[in-house]
Amino acid sequence: MRGEEQEKQWALLMRAGNAGDSDSYRRLLLLLTPVLRANARRGLAPAGMADTDAEDVVQETLLAIHLKRQSWDEEAPFGPWLRAIARHKMIDALRRRGRRITLPVDDFSEILTDGGAEPDMLVADVGRHLEFLPLGQRTIVQAIAIDGASIADAAARFSMTNGAVRVALHRGLSALAQKFRTEES
Amino acid sequence: MKTDDLIRALAADCATRPMSLRRAFTMAMIPGVAIAFSLYLAILGPRPHLLGLLAEPRFLFKVCLAFLLVALSARLVLRLGKPGAEIRRATLLLAIVPALLGAGILAELLSVPAGLWSQKLIGTNALVCLKSIPFLGLAPLAAILFCLRQGAPEHPALAGAAAGLLAGAIGAALYATHCPDDSPLFVAVWYTLAITFITALGAIAGAWLLRW
Repeated sequence: MRGEEQEKQWALLMRAGNAGDSDSYRRLLLLLTPVLRANARRGLAPAGMADTDAEDVVQETLLAIHLKRQSWDEEAPFGPWLRAIARHKMIDALRRRGRRITLPVDDFSEILTDGGAEPDMLVADVGRHLEFLPLGQRTIVQAIAIDGASIADAAARFSMTNGAVRVALHRGLSALAQKFRTEES
Repeated sequence: MKTDDLIRALAADCATRPMSLRRAFTMAMIPGVAIAFSLYLAILGPRPHLLGLLAEPRFLFKVCLAFLLVALSARLVLRLGKPGAEIRRATLLLAIVPALLGAGILAELLSVPAGLWSQKLIGTNALVCLKSIPFLGLAPLAAILFCLRQGAPEHPALAGAAAGLLAGAIGAALYATHCPDDSPLFVAVWYTLAITFITALGAIAGAWLLRW
Protein backbone atom coordinates (compact mmCIF):
# COMPACT_ATOMS: atom_id res chain seq x y z
CA MET A 1 0.00 0.00 0.00
CA ARG A 2 1.35 3.43 -0.86
CA GLY A 3 2.31 5.75 1.96
CA GLU A 4 -0.46 8.24 1.47
CA GLU A 5 -3.21 5.67 1.31
CA GLN A 6 -1.74 3.91 4.29
CA GLU A 7 -1.88 7.12 6.30
CA LYS A 8 -5.47 7.67 5.25
CA GLN A 9 -6.34 4.23 6.51
CA TRP A 10 -4.59 4.94 9.81
CA ALA A 11 -6.52 8.19 10.15
CA LEU A 12 -9.77 6.35 9.47
CA LEU A 13 -9.03 3.78 12.16
CA MET A 14 -7.95 6.47 14.59
CA ARG A 15 -11.19 8.38 14.10
CA ALA A 16 -13.12 5.18 14.71
CA GLY A 17 -11.05 4.62 17.85
CA ASN A 18 -11.81 8.14 19.03
CA ALA A 19 -15.48 7.36 18.56
CA GLY A 20 -15.05 4.43 20.95
CA ASP A 21 -14.52 1.54 18.50
CA SER A 22 -11.82 -0.36 20.34
CA ASP A 23 -11.50 -3.07 17.66
CA SER A 24 -10.53 -0.50 15.03
CA TYR A 25 -8.23 1.15 17.50
CA ARG A 26 -6.53 -2.14 18.30
CA ARG A 27 -6.17 -2.87 14.60
CA LEU A 28 -4.54 0.52 14.13
CA LEU A 29 -2.00 -0.10 16.88
CA LEU A 30 -1.23 -3.55 15.45
CA LEU A 31 -0.71 -1.98 12.02
CA LEU A 32 1.54 0.74 13.39
CA THR A 33 3.71 -1.59 15.45
CA PRO A 34 5.82 -3.11 12.62
CA VAL A 35 6.31 0.35 11.12
CA LEU A 36 7.41 1.76 14.47
CA ARG A 37 9.61 -1.26 15.03
CA ALA A 38 11.43 -0.87 11.72
CA ASN A 39 11.82 2.83 12.38
CA ALA A 40 13.15 2.27 15.90
CA ARG A 41 15.66 -0.34 14.78
CA ARG A 42 16.89 1.87 12.00
CA GLY A 43 17.23 4.77 14.42
CA LEU A 44 18.94 2.88 17.21
CA ALA A 45 21.27 0.64 15.22
CA PRO A 46 23.84 3.42 14.60
CA ALA A 47 24.03 3.91 18.37
CA GLY A 48 24.82 0.23 18.74
CA MET A 49 21.63 -0.52 20.55
CA ALA A 50 19.99 -3.91 20.49
CA ASP A 51 16.59 -4.93 19.16
CA THR A 52 15.30 -5.21 22.69
CA ASP A 53 16.05 -1.51 23.16
CA ALA A 54 14.16 -0.82 19.95
CA GLU A 55 11.21 -2.78 21.32
CA ASP A 56 11.34 -0.56 24.38
CA VAL A 57 11.04 2.48 22.14
CA VAL A 58 8.17 0.82 20.25
CA GLN A 59 6.25 0.24 23.46
CA GLU A 60 6.99 3.69 24.74
CA THR A 61 5.84 5.20 21.46
CA LEU A 62 2.63 3.16 21.52
CA LEU A 63 1.95 4.43 25.04
CA ALA A 64 2.57 8.01 23.90
CA ILE A 65 0.33 7.60 20.86
CA HIS A 66 -2.37 6.34 23.16
CA LEU A 67 -2.02 8.84 25.99
CA LYS A 68 -1.54 11.82 23.67
CA ARG A 69 -4.09 10.90 21.02
CA GLN A 70 -6.15 13.99 21.85
CA SER A 71 -3.31 16.06 20.39
CA TRP A 72 -4.15 14.77 16.92
CA ASP A 73 -6.72 16.88 15.08
CA GLU A 74 -9.19 14.62 13.33
CA GLU A 75 -9.02 16.88 10.27
CA ALA A 76 -5.21 17.00 10.22
CA PRO A 77 -3.09 14.43 8.34
CA PHE A 78 -2.09 11.50 10.52
CA GLY A 79 1.43 10.92 9.20
CA PRO A 80 3.16 14.08 10.44
CA TRP A 81 1.62 13.62 13.88
CA LEU A 82 2.77 10.00 14.10
CA ARG A 83 6.27 10.83 12.86
CA ALA A 84 6.60 13.65 15.38
CA ILE A 85 5.59 11.37 18.27
CA ALA A 86 7.89 8.56 17.15
CA ARG A 87 10.76 10.96 16.65
CA HIS A 88 10.23 12.57 20.04
CA LYS A 89 10.27 9.20 21.78
CA MET A 90 13.35 8.05 19.88
CA ILE A 91 15.30 11.20 20.76
CA ASP A 92 14.16 10.75 24.34
CA ALA A 93 15.40 7.16 24.43
CA LEU A 94 18.76 8.08 22.93
CA ARG A 95 19.19 11.00 25.29
CA ARG A 96 18.40 8.85 28.29
CA ARG A 97 21.03 6.42 27.26
CA GLY A 98 23.49 9.23 26.82
CA ARG A 99 24.17 8.80 23.15
CA ARG A 100 24.37 11.51 20.62
CA ILE A 101 23.61 10.55 17.10
CA THR A 102 21.84 12.09 14.20
CA LEU A 103 18.56 10.54 13.28
CA PRO A 104 17.92 9.27 9.80
CA VAL A 105 15.22 11.08 7.88
CA ASP A 106 12.14 9.39 9.23
CA ASP A 107 9.85 8.98 6.32
CA PHE A 108 7.66 6.05 7.19
CA SER A 109 6.33 5.70 3.70
CA GLU A 110 9.73 4.37 2.63
CA ILE A 111 9.74 1.70 5.27
CA LEU A 112 8.40 -1.69 4.36
CA THR A 113 5.72 -2.63 6.78
CA ASP A 114 7.63 -5.80 7.59
CA GLY A 115 9.57 -4.52 10.56
CA GLY A 116 10.71 -7.97 11.58
CA ALA A 117 9.35 -9.95 14.45
CA GLU A 118 9.21 -8.90 18.03
CA PRO A 119 12.40 -9.99 19.77
CA ASP A 120 12.22 -12.51 22.58
CA MET A 121 12.78 -10.49 25.65
CA LEU A 122 13.79 -11.36 29.13
CA VAL A 123 13.51 -8.13 31.01
CA ALA A 124 13.82 -5.30 28.55
CA ASP A 125 10.21 -4.39 28.16
CA VAL A 126 7.34 -2.56 29.69
CA GLY A 127 6.68 -5.51 32.01
CA ARG A 128 9.59 -4.70 34.26
CA HIS A 129 7.83 -1.47 35.17
CA LEU A 130 4.65 -3.25 36.20
CA GLU A 131 6.09 -4.14 39.57
CA PHE A 132 6.40 -0.45 40.42
CA LEU A 133 2.71 0.17 39.96
CA PRO A 134 0.41 0.28 42.97
CA LEU A 135 -1.07 -3.17 43.54
CA GLY A 136 -4.58 -2.27 42.34
CA GLN A 137 -3.37 -0.82 39.04
CA ARG A 138 -0.89 -3.63 38.49
CA THR A 139 -3.53 -6.31 38.99
CA ILE A 140 -5.88 -4.67 36.51
CA VAL A 141 -3.22 -3.99 33.85
CA GLN A 142 -1.96 -7.55 34.16
CA ALA A 143 -5.42 -9.08 33.96
CA ILE A 144 -6.31 -7.12 30.84
CA ALA A 145 -2.96 -7.10 29.04
CA ILE A 146 -1.58 -10.53 29.82
CA ASP A 147 -4.63 -12.64 30.68
CA GLY A 148 -6.67 -10.92 27.98
CA ALA A 149 -9.59 -10.11 30.25
CA SER A 150 -12.14 -7.55 29.11
CA ILE A 151 -13.11 -4.63 31.32
CA ALA A 152 -16.24 -6.51 32.34
CA ASP A 153 -14.27 -9.72 33.04
CA ALA A 154 -11.84 -7.86 35.25
CA ALA A 155 -14.68 -6.09 37.04
CA ALA A 156 -16.36 -9.41 37.80
CA ARG A 157 -13.13 -11.12 38.83
CA PHE A 158 -12.11 -8.42 41.31
CA SER A 159 -15.66 -7.42 42.37
CA MET A 160 -15.19 -3.89 41.07
CA THR A 161 -17.43 -1.67 38.98
CA ASN A 162 -16.59 -1.29 35.29
CA GLY A 163 -15.87 2.36 35.96
CA ALA A 164 -13.36 1.57 38.69
CA VAL A 165 -11.58 -0.90 36.39
CA ARG A 166 -11.41 1.72 33.65
CA VAL A 167 -9.93 4.27 36.03
CA ALA A 168 -7.35 1.81 37.39
CA LEU A 169 -6.38 0.75 33.87
CA HIS A 170 -5.99 4.32 32.65
CA ARG A 171 -3.99 5.38 35.69
CA GLY A 172 -1.82 2.29 35.40
CA LEU A 173 -1.01 3.01 31.75
CA SER A 174 -0.22 6.66 32.52
CA ALA A 175 2.04 5.55 35.36
CA LEU A 176 3.81 3.09 33.04
CA ALA A 177 4.54 5.87 30.56
CA GLN A 178 5.82 8.00 33.40
CA LYS A 179 8.08 5.19 34.62
CA PHE A 180 9.56 4.78 31.16
CA ARG A 181 10.34 8.47 31.00
CA THR A 182 12.07 8.76 34.31
CA GLU A 183 14.06 5.59 33.98
CA GLU A 184 17.82 5.94 33.85
CA SER A 185 19.70 3.17 32.16
CA MET B 1 4.85 -7.78 28.73
CA LYS B 2 4.79 -8.41 25.02
CA THR B 3 3.99 -5.54 22.72
CA ASP B 4 0.75 -7.29 21.70
CA ASP B 5 -0.24 -7.48 25.37
CA LEU B 6 0.37 -3.78 25.77
CA ILE B 7 -1.77 -3.10 22.70
CA ARG B 8 -4.59 -5.15 24.20
CA ALA B 9 -4.47 -2.97 27.33
CA LEU B 10 -4.33 0.23 25.28
CA ALA B 11 -7.32 -0.84 23.20
CA ALA B 12 -9.27 -1.65 26.37
CA ASP B 13 -8.51 1.88 27.57
CA CYS B 14 -9.81 3.37 24.31
CA ALA B 15 -13.15 4.36 25.83
CA THR B 16 -11.45 6.60 28.41
CA ARG B 17 -11.10 9.44 26.01
CA PRO B 18 -8.95 12.42 26.98
CA MET B 19 -10.31 15.92 26.51
CA SER B 20 -9.49 17.60 23.21
CA LEU B 21 -6.77 20.21 23.43
CA ARG B 22 -9.05 23.05 22.42
CA ARG B 23 -11.54 22.08 25.09
CA ALA B 24 -8.81 21.71 27.72
CA PHE B 25 -7.61 25.16 26.72
CA THR B 26 -11.05 26.70 27.20
CA MET B 27 -11.62 24.87 30.48
CA ALA B 28 -8.26 26.02 31.84
CA MET B 29 -8.47 29.59 30.58
CA ILE B 30 -11.82 30.35 32.20
CA PRO B 31 -10.51 30.10 35.79
CA GLY B 32 -7.04 31.41 34.78
CA VAL B 33 -8.40 34.62 33.29
CA ALA B 34 -11.06 34.93 35.98
CA ILE B 35 -8.37 34.93 38.69
CA ALA B 36 -6.28 37.46 36.79
CA PHE B 37 -9.32 39.68 36.30
CA SER B 38 -10.29 39.49 39.98
CA LEU B 39 -6.76 40.42 41.04
CA TYR B 40 -6.85 43.28 38.55
CA LEU B 41 -10.12 44.58 40.00
CA ALA B 42 -8.99 44.10 43.60
CA ILE B 43 -5.52 45.61 43.30
CA LEU B 44 -5.33 47.86 40.26
CA GLY B 45 -8.78 48.64 38.90
CA PRO B 46 -9.63 50.48 35.69
CA ARG B 47 -8.57 54.03 35.05
CA PRO B 48 -11.17 56.74 35.64
CA HIS B 49 -13.27 57.64 32.59
CA LEU B 50 -12.18 54.48 30.83
CA LEU B 51 -14.93 54.55 28.22
CA GLY B 52 -14.23 58.16 27.35
CA LEU B 53 -10.67 57.15 26.53
CA LEU B 54 -11.78 54.94 23.67
CA ALA B 55 -11.53 57.94 21.36
CA GLU B 56 -7.93 58.55 22.46
CA PRO B 57 -5.72 57.03 19.73
CA ARG B 58 -2.72 56.20 21.92
CA PHE B 59 -4.89 54.40 24.46
CA LEU B 60 -6.78 52.54 21.77
CA PHE B 61 -3.51 51.58 20.10
CA LYS B 62 -1.96 50.00 23.19
CA VAL B 63 -5.11 48.09 24.16
CA CYS B 64 -5.64 46.77 20.63
CA LEU B 65 -1.98 45.78 20.40
CA ALA B 66 -2.26 43.77 23.63
CA PHE B 67 -5.41 42.00 22.42
CA LEU B 68 -3.77 41.27 19.07
CA LEU B 69 -0.85 39.68 20.91
CA VAL B 70 -3.31 37.61 22.97
CA ALA B 71 -4.98 36.30 19.81
CA LEU B 72 -1.78 35.56 17.90
CA SER B 73 0.05 33.90 20.77
CA ALA B 74 -3.01 31.81 21.68
CA ARG B 75 -2.99 30.49 18.12
CA LEU B 76 0.67 29.58 18.45
CA VAL B 77 0.21 27.92 21.85
CA LEU B 78 -2.52 25.62 20.54
CA ARG B 79 -0.36 24.61 17.59
CA LEU B 80 2.70 23.98 19.73
CA GLY B 81 0.70 21.46 21.76
CA LYS B 82 0.13 19.32 18.69
CA PRO B 83 3.03 17.26 17.36
CA GLY B 84 3.68 17.68 13.68
CA ALA B 85 1.54 20.82 13.39
CA GLU B 86 2.85 23.58 11.17
CA ILE B 87 4.10 26.40 13.42
CA ARG B 88 6.10 28.60 11.07
CA ARG B 89 3.14 30.67 9.90
CA ALA B 90 1.82 31.18 13.42
CA THR B 91 5.28 32.25 14.58
CA LEU B 92 5.82 34.64 11.67
CA LEU B 93 2.40 36.20 12.23
CA LEU B 94 3.57 37.25 15.70
CA ALA B 95 5.92 39.71 13.98
CA ILE B 96 2.88 41.86 13.19
CA VAL B 97 2.90 43.05 16.80
CA PRO B 98 6.45 44.52 16.92
CA ALA B 99 5.93 45.88 13.39
CA LEU B 100 2.81 47.76 14.48
CA LEU B 101 4.57 48.91 17.62
CA GLY B 102 7.42 50.22 15.46
CA ALA B 103 4.93 52.17 13.38
CA GLY B 104 3.37 53.54 16.57
CA ILE B 105 6.78 54.65 17.86
CA LEU B 106 7.49 56.39 14.58
CA ALA B 107 4.17 58.22 14.69
CA GLU B 108 4.84 59.23 18.29
CA LEU B 109 8.32 60.55 17.51
CA LEU B 110 6.90 62.59 14.63
CA SER B 111 4.04 64.06 16.65
CA VAL B 112 5.81 64.77 19.94
CA PRO B 113 8.65 67.32 20.23
CA ALA B 114 12.05 65.74 20.92
CA GLY B 115 12.26 67.43 24.31
CA LEU B 116 9.35 65.36 25.59
CA TRP B 117 10.53 61.97 24.32
CA SER B 118 12.35 60.88 27.44
CA GLN B 119 9.47 62.02 29.64
CA LYS B 120 7.02 59.97 27.54
CA LEU B 121 9.31 56.97 27.67
CA ILE B 122 9.87 56.98 31.41
CA GLY B 123 6.23 57.75 32.16
CA THR B 124 4.86 57.79 35.69
CA ASN B 125 4.23 54.15 36.36
CA ALA B 126 7.16 52.11 35.03
CA LEU B 127 7.82 50.03 38.11
CA VAL B 128 4.15 49.21 38.65
CA CYS B 129 3.99 48.13 35.00
CA LEU B 130 7.02 45.88 35.37
CA LYS B 131 5.52 44.16 38.39
CA SER B 132 1.86 44.09 37.42
CA ILE B 133 2.03 42.47 33.99
CA PRO B 134 3.90 39.34 35.13
CA PHE B 135 1.84 39.23 38.31
CA LEU B 136 -1.47 39.34 36.43
CA GLY B 137 -0.09 36.77 34.01
CA LEU B 138 0.76 34.15 36.64
CA ALA B 139 -2.67 32.50 36.91
CA PRO B 140 -3.13 32.41 33.11
CA LEU B 141 0.40 30.98 32.78
CA ALA B 142 -0.43 28.16 35.18
CA ALA B 143 -3.64 27.49 33.26
CA ILE B 144 -1.92 27.43 29.86
CA LEU B 145 0.84 25.15 31.10
CA PHE B 146 -1.78 22.82 32.57
CA CYS B 147 -3.53 22.74 29.22
CA LEU B 148 -0.29 22.09 27.31
CA ARG B 149 0.44 19.15 29.57
CA GLN B 150 -2.62 17.46 28.07
CA GLY B 151 -1.04 17.98 24.67
CA ALA B 152 2.30 16.75 23.41
CA PRO B 153 4.61 19.71 22.77
CA GLU B 154 7.60 18.66 20.70
CA HIS B 155 9.67 21.49 22.13
CA PRO B 156 8.81 21.90 25.81
CA ALA B 157 10.83 25.09 26.43
CA LEU B 158 9.49 26.76 23.29
CA ALA B 159 5.92 25.80 24.16
CA GLY B 160 6.51 27.14 27.67
CA ALA B 161 7.82 30.40 26.23
CA ALA B 162 4.73 30.75 24.03
CA ALA B 163 2.60 30.06 27.11
CA GLY B 164 4.49 32.83 28.94
CA LEU B 165 4.00 35.18 26.00
CA LEU B 166 0.26 34.56 25.98
CA ALA B 167 0.08 34.97 29.76
CA GLY B 168 2.07 38.21 29.50
CA ALA B 169 -0.23 39.45 26.75
CA ILE B 170 -3.27 38.76 28.94
CA GLY B 171 -1.59 40.59 31.82
CA ALA B 172 -0.75 43.47 29.49
CA ALA B 173 -4.29 43.70 28.11
CA LEU B 174 -5.65 44.03 31.66
CA TYR B 175 -2.92 46.34 32.85
CA ALA B 176 -3.29 48.60 29.81
CA THR B 177 -6.72 49.68 31.05
CA HIS B 178 -5.24 50.71 34.40
CA CYS B 179 -1.99 52.41 33.38
CA PRO B 180 -2.14 56.16 32.62
CA ASP B 181 0.95 56.01 30.38
CA ASP B 182 -0.30 55.62 26.84
CA SER B 183 2.71 56.62 24.78
CA PRO B 184 3.98 53.91 22.41
CA LEU B 185 7.44 54.80 23.72
CA PHE B 186 6.41 53.71 27.21
CA VAL B 187 4.72 50.57 25.90
CA ALA B 188 7.74 49.64 23.79
CA VAL B 189 10.09 49.71 26.76
CA TRP B 190 8.20 48.65 29.85
CA TYR B 191 5.50 46.38 28.47
CA THR B 192 8.13 44.61 26.40
CA LEU B 193 10.40 44.13 29.39
CA ALA B 194 7.56 42.82 31.54
CA ILE B 195 6.31 40.43 28.86
CA THR B 196 9.85 39.22 28.17
CA PHE B 197 10.24 38.41 31.83
CA ILE B 198 7.15 36.21 32.01
CA THR B 199 8.01 34.64 28.65
CA ALA B 200 11.37 33.57 30.08
CA LEU B 201 9.61 32.27 33.17
CA GLY B 202 7.29 30.26 30.93
CA ALA B 203 10.24 28.82 29.01
CA ILE B 204 11.93 27.64 32.21
CA ALA B 205 8.71 26.19 33.61
CA GLY B 206 7.92 24.57 30.26
CA ALA B 207 11.28 22.84 30.07
CA TRP B 208 10.38 21.15 33.37
CA LEU B 209 6.66 20.68 33.20
CA LEU B 210 5.97 19.96 29.56
CA ARG B 211 8.16 16.92 28.99
CA TRP B 212 6.32 13.77 28.04
